[in-house]
Amino acid sequence: MRAEKKLRVLVAKPGLDGHDRGVKVIARGFRDAGHEVIYTGVHQTPEQIVSTAIQEDVDLVGLSCLSGAHLFLFSEVLRQLREQGADDITVIGGGIIPDEDVLRLKDAGIREVFLPGTSLDEILKWTEENVCPASSGQEPAR
Amino acid sequence: MTTETIDRIISGDVRSAARLMRGIEEDTPDALKTLETLYRHTGRAYIVGITGAPGGGKSTLVDALIGAFRRREMKVGVVAIDPTSPLTGGAILGDRVRMQQHCTDPAVFIRSVATRGWLGGLARAAVGMMHVMDAMGKDVVLVETVGIGQQEVDVTRLAHTSLYVLTPGSGDSIQMMKAGILEMADIFVINKADQEGAYRVKMELEAMMAMQGEHPEAHEQRQPPVLLTEAVYGKGVDDLCQEILKHRDYLLSYGLMQKREHERVRLELAEALEAALKALIDSRTDHELYESLVDDLVQRRIGPQSAASQLIGRLSRT
Ligand code: B12
Ligand SMILES: Nc1nc2c(ncn2[C@@H]2O[C@H](COP(=O)(O)OP(=O)(O)O)[C@@H](O)[C@H]2O)c(=O)[nH]1
Ligand SMILES: [Mg+2]
Repeated sequence: MRAEKKLRVLVAKPGLDGHDRGVKVIARGFRDAGHEVIYTGVHQTPEQIVSTAIQEDVDLVGLSCLSGAHLFLFSEVLRQLREQGADDITVIGGGIIPDEDVLRLKDAGIREVFLPGTSLDEILKWTEENVCPASSGQEPAR
Repeated sequence: MTTETIDRIISGDVRSAARLMRGIEEDTPDALKTLETLYRHTGRAYIVGITGAPGGGKSTLVDALIGAFRRREMKVGVVAIDPTSPLTGGAILGDRVRMQQHCTDPAVFIRSVATRGWLGGLARAAVGMMHVMDAMGKDVVLVETVGIGQQEVDVTRLAHTSLYVLTPGSGDSIQMMKAGILEMADIFVINKADQEGAYRVKMELEAMMAMQGEHPEAHEQRQPPVLLTEAVYGKGVDDLCQEILKHRDYLLSYGLMQKREHERVRLELAEALEAALKALIDSRTDHELYESLVDDLVQRRIGPQSAASQLIGRLSRT
């Protein structure tokens, strides 16, 4: 699938989780669709993820977690984005996440959660429909 | 709106700066106008270019250098350039992976850039980003670029000090080093000195420079030093940092800084002029004629030079 509009995307692995296959698949998928992807490797703190998202002015942050610590880590990223006035950035997630937690994460502000088995096309389609490039040159929200 | 943005950027506001950089990349008229005004507030940062073949350890070295400059209480900006895939137009910008330990330091600003369609060299976007970091008050801006194509030559021309990174494995490639690099690099770094053969590469390089003798076009009568580093272990990096600052002092004390600044600005002007001319020509080209000339070329009824002259003769005046 080829994207209509070029986005800047950060894909990140918060916490101690070392499963990085999925996140790499996602990074490559976004690249092949024509997006610019910043990948920062495993073991990122929420603080690192948030300051990277801001410095790189990304449109989308994709968090990946297979270790079970998603509730705390994802919410913490959201909280810090808000604190920095950067909650206009869309945040999605994926990994091993139980159904009841999917709902909690969405309540907390994660826009969508993609579980194992989701095809890249589904993820790209969702992105195409739900994320717009920051109107360039405009002042960021604060 | 513009003056507010300018004030914010000068006071170091990361979000405004990051957004302006985005606009510069997209070539939006608003962003370019802001950048134009911001230009007056630039010219203080010291620009260091880092180039060399992929995998040589440039990003790791940049990470270590950030640390070395921070220990000297200097504020650091980084522009890390990675290639766009010509097939998909997308890119994975991975230099930053090696630099994440510094990303929460408020005195450090790291920005990844994809080359997008830049034909030759470090196009205006990267230069614009250097200016934004300069205006934000960064004391030093490190620019990492892949050592392919025209980019490595351009980064050496846009920087005050340019580093060329080699590895012990690159013995053969010294012979292949693009003409120009040998004269243009100010400091050679042989990284991965923990691997065998670093001294041999150093000696080969020094022998080659000695053989070349005094290059008439070299900026300075100074033999570029060859340093050994182990970027992953931080070894030799402080010496490298020292050497960069020494080169700056050298440029200052021999009045060469002014000369370099002139060269740098000349290049910027040339690029701006080229882009402006191209835009002007594009907007005034007779597209019907253009297409018919393409047909003529295909049929070999005419050569490309005369086709171009015809188009220029017919540029519209409005
Ligand atoms: C391969 C694997 C490993 C490999 C990892 C290799 C690597 N570099 O990635 C190795 C062997 C190293 C490993 C180790 C461990 N593992 Co393991 N591992 C797996 C396994 C079998 C498959 C994971 C995988 O790669 N899937 C393929 C990728 C492509 O899929 P994915 O990551 O799920 O991603 C997809 C979606 O989730 C989604 N997605 C994921 N992230 C993102 C992000 C975004 C932005 C989006 C949009 C979508 C998205 O899209 C992807 C494509 O569909 C899973 C079991 C399973 N079935 O998932 C266990 C599993 C994840 N591991 C598990 C465990 C416990 C461990 C260990 C702790 C084991 C141990 N005791 O040592 C260690 C910890 C390692 C560490 N440092 O964190 C548990 C986790 C349990 C939990 N969450 O409660 C699992 C679930 C197995 C189980 N059933 O117990 N593991
Ligand atoms: N052995 C060794 N490996 C290094 C050294 N510096 C960097 N590397 C490794 O070389 C690889 C490429 O490094 P990177 O900084 O990404 O190179 P770049 O492509 O030039 O930016 C990484 O795996 C680094 O860990 C070093 O001094 N010694
Ligand atoms: Mg690199």
